[in-house]
Amino acid sequence: MLSVDGLTKRFGGFTAVNQVSFEVGEGEILGLIGPNGSGKSTTFNLIAGTLTPTAGSVRFQGREIGGLKPNLVCRAGIARTFQIPRPFTRLKLLENVALAAYYGAGERIGRSEAWSRAEDALALVQLPVDGETTIDGLGAAGLKKLELARALATRPRVLLADESLGGLDESEMDQAADMLEHIRRQRGITIVWVEHIMGVLMRVVDRCVVLDHGEVIAEGLPQVVASDRKVVEVYLGGDAGEVQAQVAARARSETGAGGTS
Amino acid sequence: MIDIFLLEAILNGILLGGVLALLALGLNIVFGVIDVVWICYAELIMFGMYGNYVLHKDLGWPLLLAFAVCVVVVAVLGVLLHWLVIRPVLGGAPINQLLVTGGVLTFMQALATLVFGIEFRNLGISMPSLELGEIFLSQSRIWACGVSLVAVALLWLFLKKTYLGTAIRAISQDREIMPLMGVKPGRIYLITSAIGGGLAGLAACLLVLQYDVHPAIGLTFGPITFMVCVMGGLGNLLGGFLAAFIFAQFIQVGGFYFELEWGYVFAFCFFIAMMFWRPQGLLGKRA
Repeated sequence: MLSVDGLTKRFGGFTAVNQVSFEVGEGEILGLIGPNGSGKSTTFNLIAGTLTPTAGSVRFQGREIGGLKPNLVCRAGIARTFQIPRPFTRLKLLENVALAAYYGAGERIGRSEAWSRAEDALALVQLPVDGETTIDGLGAAGLKKLELARALATRPRVLLADESLGGLDESEMDQAADMLEHIRRQRGITIVWVEHIMGVLMRVVDRCVVLDHGEVIAEGLPQVVASDRKVVEVYLGGDAGEVQAQVAARARSETGAGGTS
Repeated sequence: MIDIFLLEAILNGILLGGVLALLALGLNIVFGVIDVVWICYAELIMFGMYGNYVLHKDLGWPLLLAFAVCVVVVAVLGVLLHWLVIRPVLGGAPINQLLVTGGVLTFMQALATLVFGIEFRNLGISMPSLELGEIFLSQSRIWACGVSLVAVALLWLFLKKTYLGTAIRAISQDREIMPLMGVKPGRIYLITSAIGGGLAGLAACLLVLQYDVHPAIGLTFGPITFMVCVMGGLGNLLGGFLAAFIFAQFIQVGGFYFELEWGYVFAFCFFIAMMFWRPQGLLGKRA
């Protein structure tokens, strides 16, 4: 679906992303993790077109999209959210989403079609609104949902979710993780999830790519990555026990449910 | 009972306010969306006034046809201004953006002097005054105010009710995020420039009925337009609208009690006082 190959970004003498390669399969949830400053967000920006790669390629459904302008990447079918939600506060909530639906679709759609796609996306993230709802009343969790709805309204094939859980409490984090799983199940959307809170991510991702200092240091199934010596060393540190517990809990529940994954 | 002449001055202030509101609108929408100040805005109006003069007076076109053509031509001029002059310096320092549009101002003034000379020209149309009891109101002012208000209302509806208008409002708030929703900012900028130019063209049609056109006419409208915009909060459309009417009242009522020139003095003093009290403008947010 999405394949990143030898992706490199230098800012002057500083290499933020160095020879990063990974594949994302259709319908997969891939966790892109790493400590702060490891190059996760830069990788994201390179895929979304906000930054232009210094070298390497990004292929989406077989087509090279590396270096395309963000509006074209969006129309090709890749949507993104921001770590810190950036809604248009002067617009009504539904307008925010409808605008994305109208311009972000790869095709020309009518006014009412955009409107219903917006309502559809808001229903998918379980954010009930009417035409008059403003942004003001939304809390951190609500803003995250709006951010997701805005990305989903463009009807993407791939969703790039940037640190969706920052600023949320534990139960909200669980809900948000379930939400991504729900979106994938309902729409078959492929998801790349950038996150530095690793524990909750481990519950829902199919595979992980771990970055450190702009390079991939580990890749694979959550249980494999979580017990990787290098990952534990550079990244998990004291949290290793907790993350491994999450992975173990998931393994138990999956065995209990008949191992459907 | 209120003095009949004071009432007349207040009514005239309202009429002037309508025109100032239109003048401010074009400059404000361009600044609000593109974040560039068209220093040469009033020179676009001058261009439109000369256009009307040539089409109607020299070529003998019907007045309304000349008006329509001028609005379109100045809109195109706005697009060219953005494409040729603003776009290359869009990411540059704000002072560079001021300087290039300032350069266009000088260029257009000089060009007008070369082509038309320095004499004052007018369409030679004089509309009779409207008599309301003992109050006399200039008909061309009433038309100007009426058309301005209709234009302001239409633009407001466009910005509120259409996706393109919504995108224009959105991009004025966060230009970085719009491309991620499939919007090409350059296209929105060109459309906004066309709207800004079109409004300058419309203002030219209304002003050419009341004022003679000459190469320095921009100095009559330019500074006051900037002051109205800044007083309302630069880029804030509603603020500019309110400020236009407040400003116009200062000019007309101040002019009534003293002399017309004093009206301007009061208005400018008020502006300076406002800048101490609310430097961000009436409805502007403090940066």
